[in-house]
Amino acid sequence: MEFFIQQLINGITLGGVYALIALGYTMVYGIIQLINFAHGEFFAAGGYMGVILISYLSAQGLHPYACLAISLVLAMGYCALLAMAVEQLAYKPLRQASRLAALLSALGMSIFLQNGLMLTQGVYDKAYPTEITSGGLSWGLVSVSYMQMFIVALTAGLLLGLNLLVFKTRIGRAMRATAQDKVMSALVGINSNRIIAITFAIGAALAAAAGIMVGLYYGSVNYSMGFVPGIKAFAAAVLGGIGNITGALVGGLIIGMVEVFAAGYVSGEYKDVFAFVILIAVLYFKPTGIMGENVDDTRV
Amino acid sequence: MTIRGSKKLWTGCAVGLVWFLILLWPMLGIKPEGFEFAATFQVFGYVAVAAVFVLFFYQVKEAGYLDAAGKPIQSAAGLIQRAYAKTPTWVLLGATLAVAIVFPLVTGRYAHDVAISVLIYICLGLGLNVVVGLAGLLDLGYIAFYGVGAYTYALLSLNFGFSFWLCLPIAGLLAAIAGCIIGYPTLRMRGDYLAIVTLGFGEIVRLILNNWMALTNGPNGILGIPRPELFGFDFRSLASLYYVILAIAVVTVLSVYRLNYSRIGRAWEAIREDETAAELMGVNTFLLKLLAYAMGATFAGFAGAFFAARMRFVGPESFSFLESAMVLSMVVLGGMGSIPGVILGVLALVALPEVFREFELYRMLVFGGVMTLMMLVRPAGIWPAKRVGRRSEEME
Amino acid sequence: MVDNQPILELRNVVSAYGRIKALKGISLKVYPGEIVTIIGANGAGKSTTLMTICNIVKAIEGDVFYKGERINGVGSDILPTLGLCQVPEGRRIFPRLTVMENLDMGAFFRTDSAGVKEDVERVFELFPKLRERRRQLGGTLSGGEQQMLAMARALMSRPTVLLLDEPSMGLAPLLVQQIFDIVRMINGQGVTVVLVEQNANLALQCASRGYVLETGSVVMEDAADKLLANPDIRKAYLGE
Repeated sequence: MEFFIQQLINGITLGGVYALIALGYTMVYGIIQLINFAHGEFFAAGGYMGVILISYLSAQGLHPYACLAISLVLAMGYCALLAMAVEQLAYKPLRQASRLAALLSALGMSIFLQNGLMLTQGVYDKAYPTEITSGGLSWGLVSVSYMQMFIVALTAGLLLGLNLLVFKTRIGRAMRATAQDKVMSALVGINSNRIIAITFAIGAALAAAAGIMVGLYYGSVNYSMGFVPGIKAFAAAVLGGIGNITGALVGGLIIGMVEVFAAGYVSGEYKDVFAFVILIAVLYFKPTGIMGENVDDTRV
Repeated sequence: MTIRGSKKLWTGCAVGLVWFLILLWPMLGIKPEGFEFAATFQVFGYVAVAAVFVLFFYQVKEAGYLDAAGKPIQSAAGLIQRAYAKTPTWVLLGATLAVAIVFPLVTGRYAHDVAISVLIYICLGLGLNVVVGLAGLLDLGYIAFYGVGAYTYALLSLNFGFSFWLCLPIAGLLAAIAGCIIGYPTLRMRGDYLAIVTLGFGEIVRLILNNWMALTNGPNGILGIPRPELFGFDFRSLASLYYVILAIAVVTVLSVYRLNYSRIGRAWEAIREDETAAELMGVNTFLLKLLAYAMGATFAGFAGAFFAARMRFVGPESFSFLESAMVLSMVVLGGMGSIPGVILGVLALVALPEVFREFELYRMLVFGGVMTLMMLVRPAGIWPAKRVGRRSEEME
Repeated sequence: MVDNQPILELRNVVSAYGRIKALKGISLKVYPGEIVTIIGANGAGKSTTLMTICNIVKAIEGDVFYKGERINGVGSDILPTLGLCQVPEGRRIFPRLTVMENLDMGAFFRTDSAGVKEDVERVFELFPKLRERRRQLGGTLSGGEQQMLAMARALMSRPTVLLLDEPSMGLAPLLVQQIFDIVRMINGQGVTVVLVEQNANLALQCASRGYVLETGSVVMEDAADKLLANPDIRKAYLGE
């Protein structure tokens, strides 16, 4: 029983991280129908920015939690800028081209950014300072680290904030309108290029937060860390129903749970296989994902 | 070019460079010991000089100062094009084949090695072209079939002593069956759902290869796979292996060509352009989509069996997502649905990393950048197929 | 009512989809306060004309003037802020936004929330059906209601010139009559209307002047009643 509860807690933590990454995929897909392969690299860049900034700030003698807070904000901002640059350079000129062309452009960007990270940061893992990642509570065999609590709380906070942004604000309304009909949005006075850039920025900022969390959770980051979580998060987005923000959360939690429980009860080596099998099974019976897609169907 | 256009160009360049600096510096310049600027400005300097140089060159060209140099090149290109259009197809094909046959006699080991990998990728590219280019099904796990083919030959020859020539059709068949297994549950899905599901399948196959120690020897791979043999002739040299894969590639090209212009090919194209309409016109979309997967997979199976025989080793690392992405880039870069396009795409993407072999570290960086750049410059590919229509969804 | 200075003018406008020219040099003038109709068969370039005015389709030659200023390069998203507003063909309401949100989108660029609130009341008076449905998703409305929503949304931007593309498309005759009554009412409140229609009879009855388009060119322009009396027009577009 304790083992089960422990796995449940781990699953929620991991699922929350996947959900944060999945949101970026789902929002971008919802607005321009592009699988942004470079999204995993925004996540990795966020993880790196986190370790760089935390190391620098803690060397200046700041309190570890202050370091973490400042680094989080700065890394999110950094990745937002990075995503806007990538969008402007590699995707915007291809709006009118075929979707495969944009997909390959994204793939190219992914390879480029991953190798850029490798060249600037080296091929070896970079460790997060341990004074931040250590500590926690435990009840018998069940233990929850402070980091896990922080991750769950931050994930919940970011999701809530995003929901408010998308459903309660003017910008959010413009984002939804642009996702539904770009021409009509322009006709009512929305600058769709700006909205798309903002969408990329928000998605990347969330991915950056996820990158820092993963860095904290596993203790280190690596230049190629974006790939596997990227695929799983995309699977989570599709599983929940692509273009659907709630769906990304549900999908992320499912993938996280499946992975943790498969690793705990069946086999650690095949945990990823289970995640994909669940994805395929769900899509087979419900081709538009669990929560239904939220994409302009005239364009798909 | 107008002054306004030129001003816009330079402003864009300047903004881009500032942006680049902002993104580059935190990665290079923030150290626990403090800020550092030297490394950043060194890299930035190179990039800025390169950007200014490129822009300057572009403007000079736009202004027409290079016409003197460009004209002869252009007229030469026109001449070649006209000559190409005039020459009968069989002459061109014959010449290409003759060059391909003579090639190993006049070149060395290194060239043979590169040529073999070009031919392997041509088989893979054309096979994927059937799935993506003709039937319009986006497959991101295509390399799994290549893996199935490779492991089929490796296991059958080592465990049962089957010969290469017997294994070749078996590998094709097993890959086709794998294609159907993967294809079946995905047939109800559209466009991008297909992408993630095929990607998932590809990963599943790779993970199984990686973890099923008893069968595949896991991440260590299988060693000592026998070379092909024919009536006592051992294909020992690279040159002789080159002829084997050349034969497979020629068969692939011919089959894909025939498929392309057959009833089935037309039905695939109908499915690609509008699935509902195709179904209403009496096309059995279910069977034909399955067939597309199976056909595409078969060619990958052949290529895989050869790959195992040529390397004499197979390991799961050769069948990662990056390889799938690589083959897909070749198809899209060359021009979807067009056989010469795919071949050009393969040549471009195999040759490019070879050219940059000297700069080992920067190779993949440049590769990724060039991939994006090529898409920006020629979104339809180097040699687009004539019959690929633009879908209504892409008009707007 | 008709002023001498046109509020909207096209001079020899050419535009194309890829290599195929859709407009082959269109010139037309719209004066403040009038209803001008553009009629023509399928593919004559009526909708393209409106899309070119709004810069969704780029004009490759010729000039578009609005309030005396050339607006060729002005972004589509700027034009509504200048009072030039289009209700495109097929209505294009946002299907997954509520009716209320759709109306808010119409006033997207406006910052005077009090004025917006006032205008919401105003359009609800004009289209009482929408008030009942204001919490419903746009996509769940019937065709007639969607057309009303599209027009209401356009009115939310307080347009000076309203471009209406086939408001009668796919609607029952009774509803069509109602829509045209509302167009007259909107015009009565001082909004200049450019009306593109296949239903030439109704359009010409409603409008003061008309242009007839054929394969991308203006083949005839005249006062609406004269066009309505013209035997060629009657034969070609009114089915006589």
